[in-house]
Amino acid sequence: MALLDVEHLSISFGGLHAVDDFSVSIEKGQLYGLIGPNGAGKTTVFNLLTGVYAPDEGFIRLDGTDITRLKTIEINQAGIARTFQNIRLFKELSVLDNVKVGLHNKFHYSTVEGLLRMPRYFKMENQMNERAMELLKVFDLDRQADYLASNLPYGKQRKLEIARALATDPKLLLLDEPAAGMNPNETGELMETIRFVRDHFDMTILLIEHDMKLVSGICEKLTVLTSAVYYVRATPRRSSTIRKSSPHIWVNKTGYDIGGITCHYWRYMI
Amino acid sequence: MKKLKLNKHLQDNLITIGIVVVGYILVMIFSATGLLSNLLQGLLVPLCAYIILAVSLNLTVGILGELSLGHAGFMCVGAFTSAFFSRCTENTITFAPLRFLIALLIGAACAALVGFLIGMPVLRLKGDYLAIVTLAFGEIIKNIVNVLFIGKDSNGFHFSMKDSLSLNMEADGDVIINGAQGITGTPKDSNFTIGVILIILTLLIVLNLIHSRDGRAIMSIRDNLIAAESVGIHITKYKLMAFTSSASLAGVAGVLYSHNLNSLMATPKNFGYNMSIMILVFVVLGGIGNIRGSVIAAVILTLLPELLRGLNDYRMLIYSVVLIVMMLYNWAPNMIAIRKRFANRFNKKKEVS
Repeated sequence: MALLDVEHLSISFGGLHAVDDFSVSIEKGQLYGLIGPNGAGKTTVFNLLTGVYAPDEGFIRLDGTDITRLKTIEINQAGIARTFQNIRLFKELSVLDNVKVGLHNKFHYSTVEGLLRMPRYFKMENQMNERAMELLKVFDLDRQADYLASNLPYGKQRKLEIARALATDPKLLLLDEPAAGMNPNETGELMETIRFVRDHFDMTILLIEHDMKLVSGICEKLTVLTSAVYYVRATPRRSSTIRKSSPHIWVNKTGYDIGGITCHYWRYMI
Repeated sequence: MKKLKLNKHLQDNLITIGIVVVGYILVMIFSATGLLSNLLQGLLVPLCAYIILAVSLNLTVGILGELSLGHAGFMCVGAFTSAFFSRCTENTITFAPLRFLIALLIGAACAALVGFLIGMPVLRLKGDYLAIVTLAFGEIIKNIVNVLFIGKDSNGFHFSMKDSLSLNMEADGDVIINGAQGITGTPKDSNFTIGVILIILTLLIVLNLIHSRDGRAIMSIRDNLIAAESVGIHITKYKLMAFTSSASLAGVAGVLYSHNLNSLMATPKNFGYNMSIMILVFVVLGGIGNIRGSVIAAVILTLLPELLRGLNDYRMLIYSVVLIVMMLYNWAPNMIAIRKRFANRFNKKKEVS
């Protein structure tokens, strides 16, 4: 059974059908890409998946349980964590504390135990510190643990956001344009990181991206959202070194162009 | 590394509390040697109340990131409920510390309850609605207290909102809350030592809250509400928790304040809008989110006008200059840069030696 099952998801704002009849099915352990031009509704799909908006129609199932119309917090606890297109860190908190906020629901002690500094407070705080440092080490952020999050360089802020999302121990990780604003070097490093996260945490990842190098480099399956009206599912051919064939994305229009790569049409659904 | 981090918080907290203790010892030495004027001596307990207020408001403004313009209102609730209790039980509970302790709990609980009731609808909204609502609340509570008449006689309590005559009491009746004249004859249960103990308790509560799981959740909401929600932080719960604690601590300040006065009245001067703004000034000038700064700013800005009394006409002039200097010291970008450089140099020297 698929980890994430989305069927016939639709939402409209006034007269605009931002997402119309969107379906996707993601297997456990898959690295899935969601691409498309600006305004196609990619981020809206993320917002629907994480409960920021409630869909007009359709349903979302995570690991067999229906999570449609749950609140953001409940969806996070059900096992979906996300990052944001424009980085949203807790700027005035330290890097370590950012991750510890992510661990909030994994380690419990009561307010009274915290105020009176009971033994359980120290035990839990130590466990949180250990777990947070482990995560930071994975992303090579452990030496900056005491920095304010806003003092990190851009690339590291992206990594910290992923670390924080992983701290909530999700089943599915949603990455919203992780490579936005990165240079080719950083993008390359990010690709390594994403692949590493998938293997190391046995994570299922759904990512939105404009950078075709990143998408064709690491995604195993794609959904192309073109406008809100139609979209296409396809399998990208792995590029150069891996399979020595040029990356292809199958779209319904002749010569549809995404990120400088000419795509061939194959099939489409309405 | 991890140990170090915990210790750093502890060290910071100890310095803050150390400052309060040193201040207390200094005042005690001064008053023993007779260097303290009567005026200043009378100011000590209100000063403690202002420090508690500033620290508690910093919890709302600096840690939760919401603006509250009616903090004096919560102080008013705490002051009147506790003074009412002490006045009623003056003859039944004769052991003053016990009576004050119960009054303290009642004052804190009532202020917390009111804070909870106000916060519950308002904190669900996203935006600066809290400032507007608390501003109105501060004015309303003051006016309600001013028209409230409560008396007690052998038949029990009597209540009126018209005048003391319409309470219809027996001959042995005793008017406890007498409208605009407030409560007179509250037992003088608080003193400077109790005030300092309450300051330290407040500091412990606020600082321990900040450096705990709940405090992190509260600060994450301040920094980025959407991200906090996305990692499973219950927004309304933690906002309410911070605001209610803040209100309850303001209530504690009110208890301290009211048990130092023989006659407690709700005037614009002590519980009105000006007072709320005054506390906000302490918080802003001490540094938003900086608890130690709030304590220091409250002390300086409360004592300064009194210390300068000898200068008569120039008093408020100097006061305003000090306000401007403090503002520049804390917030001007150049000043922040200079302070950082000094701090770095200082740290380097420490490492070398």
